[in-house]
Amino acid sequence: MANMITIGIGDLKVCRAPDVLITYALGSCIGICLLDSVANVGGLSHIMLPDSTASTNGPMYPMKFADSAIPLLIQQMERLGASRSRMKAKIAGGATMFTTTSEKFNIGIRNIEAVKRTLMQNRIPIMAEDTGLDYGRTQVFYTDTGVMEIRAAAKGTKTF
Amino acid sequence: MLKNYEDLSPNAIDILKEIGNIGSGNAASALSEMLGKSITMRVPDVRVLDYQAVIDELGGPEKVTTGILVLTHGDLEGMIMFLLDDSFAKVVLSTFLGKDNVNVLEIKQDMTDFSAVVEMGNIMAGSYLKALGLLTNMVIDMDVPSMTVDMMGAIMNYPMIEFSEVGDKVLLINDGFEIDNVSIKSNIIMIPTVDSLNLLMEKLGVTNG
Repeated sequence: MANMITIGIGDLKVCRAPDVLITYALGSCIGICLLDSVANVGGLSHIMLPDSTASTNGPMYPMKFADSAIPLLIQQMERLGASRSRMKAKIAGGATMFTTTSEKFNIGIRNIEAVKRTLMQNRIPIMAEDTGLDYGRTQVFYTDTGVMEIRAAAKGTKTF
Repeated sequence: MLKNYEDLSPNAIDILKEIGNIGSGNAASALSEMLGKSITMRVPDVRVLDYQAVIDELGGPEKVTTGILVLTHGDLEGMIMFLLDDSFAKVVLSTFLGKDNVNVLEIKQDMTDFSAVVEMGNIMAGSYLKALGLLTNMVIDMDVPSMTVDMMGAIMNYPMIEFSEVGDKVLLINDGFEIDNVSIKSNIIMIPTVDSLNLLMEKLGVTNG
């Protein structure tokens, strides 16, 4: 039987297939799903911000930031027997929920850039993404098949 | 100096509660005037909660909610956000535009519907801030509101991230009103920046936070 594991905001979890990872209502946050389908080890990280070095809280909350959370997720998966060279990624989120006059608020776009940069630095290919635009997404990751399911309030459910 | 909401004394929280009370009363009477309908108000319940508790309390992360965001400037830098359930948009659109049974999720696709709801948010936010300004003798300006209808959790990403330096807690004003026997749940979140929170306490004569 597969367990359903919920990942909160600014948190990350790893598991063995066929467990299912779920994170609710990503807005400008991003959910990063990683899978090593040979070792059958998966993980999901729900990041809020791009860069831990730009924040005084960075070292205290590494799981909140793209640049520090992704390496942590990789490490925890490796501890369960996964190999970085086999990992593949699917990502979702990074929406702009509100259009405000101030440009610094475009955190969704900056999150997408930071996630892609960090995955590339770790040589992990992105197999699918559902990012940007202006709506929230719930992300479900099935580690037995590698399917990422996205639920949105006005758009129904899509699989990637 | 206060660093965030967690530093507020019970006394300061009581004063903020009272301000929330008066502000939301003003917002509701502005709504009543615009709609030309009488409104029965519930006594608001004002609390300082962390984000997760707010999301859980208001129906969970996937609950579809109308969020109206207003950024404030001047003496009070920060934001207020109205979180309203579907019946709010429905009452506004049926009163102003004669439209019934609107699918709230489709409001964003219709510019007229969208503008009508944003304008109501504008008026409610304006009267809320006017009351707050009068009480505290602060000059408060506001941006044109921005609105979305989406999952509560996704909407809350905005204050959680943009105002993360203020901490994990927010002032939640949970009120509600009745128009034409339709009950409307309304919640207001207020987040001043740390500097503005300190100025607010100073203006209210709260010395030790």
